[in-house]
Amino acid sequence: MSKRFLYVNRKAPYGTIYALESLEVVLIGAAFEQDVSLAFLDDGVFQLTRGQQTDELGVKNFSPTYKALGDYDVNKIYVERESLEARGLSLDDLLPLTYEDEDDDWAEKDSIKLVSAAELAEIMQAQDVVLSF
Amino acid sequence: MKFSILVSEGPYTHQAADTAYNFTQAALEKGHEIYRIFFYHDGVNNGTRLTTPPQDDRNIVNRWSELAQEHEIDLVLCVAAAQRRGIADADEARRNGKDADNIAAGFRISGLGQLIDAGIEADRLITFGD
Amino acid sequence: MLHTVNKSPLDRNTLESCIQHALKGSAVLLIEDGVYGAMQGTQKSPMVESAMKAVSFYVIGPDLKARGIDASRVIDGIDIIDYSGFVDLVAKYDKTQSWL
Repeated sequence: MSKRFLYVNRKAPYGTIYALESLEVVLIGAAFEQDVSLAFLDDGVFQLTRGQQTDELGVKNFSPTYKALGDYDVNKIYVERESLEARGLSLDDLLPLTYEDEDDDWAEKDSIKLVSAAELAEIMQAQDVVLSF
Repeated sequence: MKFSILVSEGPYTHQAADTAYNFTQAALEKGHEIYRIFFYHDGVNNGTRLTTPPQDDRNIVNRWSELAQEHEIDLVLCVAAAQRRGIADADEARRNGKDADNIAAGFRISGLGQLIDAGIEADRLITFGD
Repeated sequence: MLHTVNKSPLDRNTLESCIQHALKGSAVLLIEDGVYGAMQGTQKSPMVESAMKAVSFYVIGPDLKARGIDASRVIDGIDIIDYSGFVDLVAKYDKTQSWL
């Protein structure tokens, strides 16, 4: 029986390593055929912004990796509306994350679901394991 | 009940390793089982035997090693996080061409899959970090 | 669900965010620097007192003591527990979310 795993991301990228190493857990965890969801709230929403360029820092830009999540069957990506708005962002500022739905003739669909804080609270409650980074 | 624990911070800088240890002790005293303690991020620094705190301070690394020995607890350092931070066992050191290893007694190095497995197999997974 | 918070609410928004996502009937445990959130008379006490209508609050006694916070300074209705009580809470609630 599979468990419901939720990865909670509340930290911005680059200032600390948590965002990158969280993504590494998600990619490894995808092989375990559990029911995986990701939540991005607070400064975690900055992980998904477009236009990240890290060459002048000399560190790796790992944001393209989020676009590969769909290929790993990780397609429930919840972004909190209040967190986006508090930061002057909208969905258009985020990377387009998609997956191919095998139950719908492999149609390309959006992985990102914009949810309210109240909806996210219910999503958290519905999990078996919550991992926060 | 079966608990798994994730430690995400190194010793001494942050209280997480102390809280995780105190929690683990209390859980064992109450008769619970610790399925695994997984060390990730800077948490892998809990597993170097080169740690030498002042004599009047607690030795966080030795404390883990003793706990592992007494209660046969599985202490796992994430391999990717450990490589980044210079924590190696003999195999890892050899494979990466290093002149020494530094893993403490009772710890082993393994992949992130061990964290997912810890979440699947235990009744509860609790994270201590920053 | 049990939520743990280890940041001072006067420094970070962690406790505030936790409270916004804690459903009625869940519990919040303040640990490490999170114990400053259990103090009466701070700028953030009203937020905690208001949340306590729907959510049970606990605080780690040894963390209070280490920081010189006397039990008399703790908001009425917050339970002071030790590590044994921490373990009981983790066992009692079906899952734990650590707000870091």
